[in-house]
Amino acid sequence: MASAASRTAPDPTASDAPPRPANAEPILTVNNIEVVYDDVILVLRGVSLEVPQGEIVTLLGPNGAGKTTTLKAISGLLRTENGAVTRGEVRFMGENIANMAPEQIVRKGIFQVMEGRRIVEDMTVIENLRLGAYTRKDSAGAVKRDLEMVLDYFPRLRERTGLAGYLSGGEQQMLAIGRAMMARPKLILLDEPSMGLAPLLVKEVFNIIRKLNAELGMTTLLVEQNAKMALGAASFGYIMESGKIVMDGPQQDLLDNEDVKEFYLGGGGEHRKSFKNLKSYKRRKRWI
Amino acid sequence: MDLFIQLLINGIIVGTLYGVVAMCFVLIYKSTQVVNFAQGEFLLIGAWICWTILVQFQIPFVFGFLITLAFMAALGMFIQMVVLRPMIGEPIISVIMVTIGLSIFTRALSNWLFGQSTVGFPDVFGVNAISIGGLQVQPAYLMSFVISLVIMAGFFYFFKYSRHGLAMRATAFNQQVAQSLGISVKQVFAMAWAISAMVSALAGVVVGMVNGVSSALSFIGIKVFPAVILGGLDSIIGAVVGGLIVGVLENMAEYVDGQFLHWGNMLTIAPFWVLIIILVVKPYGLFGTKDIERV
Repeated sequence: MASAASRTAPDPTASDAPPRPANAEPILTVNNIEVVYDDVILVLRGVSLEVPQGEIVTLLGPNGAGKTTTLKAISGLLRTENGAVTRGEVRFMGENIANMAPEQIVRKGIFQVMEGRRIVEDMTVIENLRLGAYTRKDSAGAVKRDLEMVLDYFPRLRERTGLAGYLSGGEQQMLAIGRAMMARPKLILLDEPSMGLAPLLVKEVFNIIRKLNAELGMTTLLVEQNAKMALGAASFGYIMESGKIVMDGPQQDLLDNEDVKEFYLGGGGEHRKSFKNLKSYKRRKRWI
Repeated sequence: MDLFIQLLINGIIVGTLYGVVAMCFVLIYKSTQVVNFAQGEFLLIGAWICWTILVQFQIPFVFGFLITLAFMAALGMFIQMVVLRPMIGEPIISVIMVTIGLSIFTRALSNWLFGQSTVGFPDVFGVNAISIGGLQVQPAYLMSFVISLVIMAGFFYFFKYSRHGLAMRATAFNQQVAQSLGISVKQVFAMAWAISAMVSALAGVVVGMVNGVSSALSFIGIKVFPAVILGGLDSIIGAVVGGLIVGVLENMAEYVDGQFLHWGNMLTIAPFWVLIIILVVKPYGLFGTKDIERV
């Protein structure tokens, strides 16, 4: 249905070569993958993206676009939901990891922080953090040092001695990110870190994501509904709809794009002046 | 009064042993969601294997015992992989029927191989009763008590501090979460069965030393069931407490029955009465976890 012609990307490179976030070598390359659940339900139809070393890349899109599925295809968790990558490849540091078992992929250095935190509720904060280091082979001392480092990044977690299930939503999100840090991953996949958090906490969580990237060089692929926050942190963005990437570009290009402003950031465009116009505009301009 | 204290102590000793077997039961239930009705048979198999090695092959106790443990670990993993792995995703009732089948098969096999009669273990620990505070305690009982406590401490340490213990708890919480952390669920399942079979066999050997080895050993599995339900199906501490309660209750029931009621056989029935009462009052068991809900 959709072709290159319907693409409204401002990125000049988009037409010929696959879009490439400029500076660094990509650590992860998702190449035209197709994902099928239960052998029949086609969810992703040719998704390609790249994550360069040491950068934050964001994947935006409405509900049901396939953002989480894309992350699960990368982390291998697709398997646990009876899904599979049926075409294309996921290259991580040169190796095709599509359809590998999730526990193997974690060992290779990709760690997914799942949507809705998913911390182990009947364990304490420390136990959750130590669990993050499960795959690590280095000494107990190194793990302990990292534990201290994580607690320094999240001082509010230090005071919480009870079960993690009783933490507030924001603290649970911090714990989930901290748990991922404990694994010392080369690439961290964050699935909707802002879900269900108060605006102030969302800000705090995104500050932490930016800080981790700046100070530890944590390469991050960030899936978000909150496009404003995500584009504020990321250097490059992709926009998904109905299982396809419909638009991509560096942070500033996306922020300036009229369509992105209209659909994701709110405001922008003269069409907003009347709701009637807005509706017809939306119908006309849907990407797919 | 002496009889009362004697029975109380018996109850505690037997109770800790029940607690150990109950922990093994909970371990499997918690990490793999399988209600293992063949738990008692692990005791039986362990005791017979150890007995065979010691008596038939005349191997010293320590080595024989270690061989038994290794064999049981392998057996536990084998059962998990061959019998139960294909049952993943099947209805709970099918899984239960499989474990019941396993239990019947094992009991029949042991009757066929070793006969119905009770066989004594060679005396590894002395037979002379030791006097503790004026009470006569058999060394085997004392040893059983100490071993039970050591196992319990081991379980506590394992689940609280070891990497694999944490992995097991994470798997019990949610398998997808565990996988996202790099934990192999298959490996955890195999490990749970191996540990459970191993520790059950240890308990089997201990009981075998005290009471002799016979197919009656497998009934401990049934006695442990009220202990597990009592403590809450998914609580390790609950299993220990439940085991103690059932052990003491049994002996108290015997005391009351023998001294006053003369109804006979209260020993076997009393735990189940209490089980029913506790389930009416606390359906999750004493320590069973309800889901954490933030309000």
